[in-house]
Amino acid sequence: MSAPIETDVVVVGAGPVGLFAVFELGLLDIKAHLVDILDRAGGQCSELYPEKPIYDIPGYPSISAQGLVDKLKEQAAPFGPTYHFGQMVESLERLDDGRFGLTTDHGTTFRCKAVLIAAGGGSFQPKRPPVPGIEAYEGTSVFYAVRHMESYRGQDVLIVGGGDSALDWTLSLAPLAKSLTLLHRRDDFRAAPHSVDQMRELVAAGKVRLVIGQVTGLKGDNGQVTHALVKDSANQNIEVETTRVLPFFGLTMKLGPVANWGLNLNENLIPVDTEKFQTSANGIFAVGDINTYPGKIKLILCGFHEVALAARAIERIVFPDKKQVFQYTTSSSSLQKKLGVL
Amino acid sequence: MAKITYIAADGTTFVVEAENGMTVMEAAIHNQVPGIEAECGGACACATCHVYVEEPFREIVGDPSPMEEDMLDFGFDVRPNSRLSCQIRVSDEIDGIVVRVPERQG
Repeated sequence: MSAPIETDVVVVGAGPVGLFAVFELGLLDIKAHLVDILDRAGGQCSELYPEKPIYDIPGYPSISAQGLVDKLKEQAAPFGPTYHFGQMVESLERLDDGRFGLTTDHGTTFRCKAVLIAAGGGSFQPKRPPVPGIEAYEGTSVFYAVRHMESYRGQDVLIVGGGDSALDWTLSLAPLAKSLTLLHRRDDFRAAPHSVDQMRELVAAGKVRLVIGQVTGLKGDNGQVTHALVKDSANQNIEVETTRVLPFFGLTMKLGPVANWGLNLNENLIPVDTEKFQTSANGIFAVGDINTYPGKIKLILCGFHEVALAARAIERIVFPDKKQVFQYTTSSSSLQKKLGVL
Repeated sequence: MAKITYIAADGTTFVVEAENGMTVMEAAIHNQVPGIEAECGGACACATCHVYVEEPFREIVGDPSPMEEDMLDFGFDVRPNSRLSCQIRVSDEIDGIVVRVPERQG
């Protein structure tokens, strides 16, 4: 494990509100690192509806979700945020010196003076397919991501899904596996046409078996799958022999490890005050869709307001001796220097 | 206006009056019909407002668009009469429609 990263604030979640937090904190000379489980910034805006227009961002009668994210990244850029993508903050603890220690699932560790949770609907995680009893096989013979291709060598692999992940892994694992079955609900694939063509060639050459249908159950012992029960397109129940199952059913949002950080929760939301947007723990703040307070509405614009106020409260923690002054970006030369426009 | 009947997986029935122009998903959410989650808020970006359209309305609401079909791949127990309720617009033509809510939303 490498040395902890020292910074002022760790922002958990790089969606629109997390990005704007970097800007508001930056104006107050507060440095931030952002952690997000996705492989890029933007949260739900980029992951769920990048092309959809948003009509209630002040000043923009209409802006696409991805367009907004791009602008927010540009706005945050002068403050040099460091992004840690593809990682999820797993643990958060208060250290003896009053700071916080955070560790991600990749082992990245942080030491910071305040934490800003901007995690939206929670972390995006692979969707568990609706197969009864699948939990018993997870991590042993059912996996939602391929970590080591070698562990699929000589196995009877069953890949379920019709998107890019399903097709890419079909092409990559077919040469290694003892047998590979691709199972999809319909004979029509969302994946890149080129991958679909390659898959069809493998099917024609007898190297991949394509089954149209849906998984209804799994059979096996002690976490080791032996067969998948499948209802095929003719509504017949068939059994597919398999030792490794890879379901690719997209992503869903789960509150995730936030639930274990000792904060008060209310129906999977984090209650905060409306002066500082602080949680039940001093120094830990929550903004955007993940928080709740009387009158809360889940709008991006409300998250923007929340980070502006939370940033002022964080300033008192990061610079306890500094006199707080309020400045406008339109007229303050010091703010304009920070923004690189003066 | 259209009258919409939602039948939950346990057989409970919810009857709702919906205004033209809204979606069958929105009508469910506004009336607290259980079992329709609409995680993405109606952007056709998840499959958590999945319903089964009962006859004779299947033909009236039509088939899912290719984008909706792609999302249905993430649904649970997808059948030939599966639709995402955020993609069905309320109009006078669908007055009396009956949709069944699946046992779970993916």
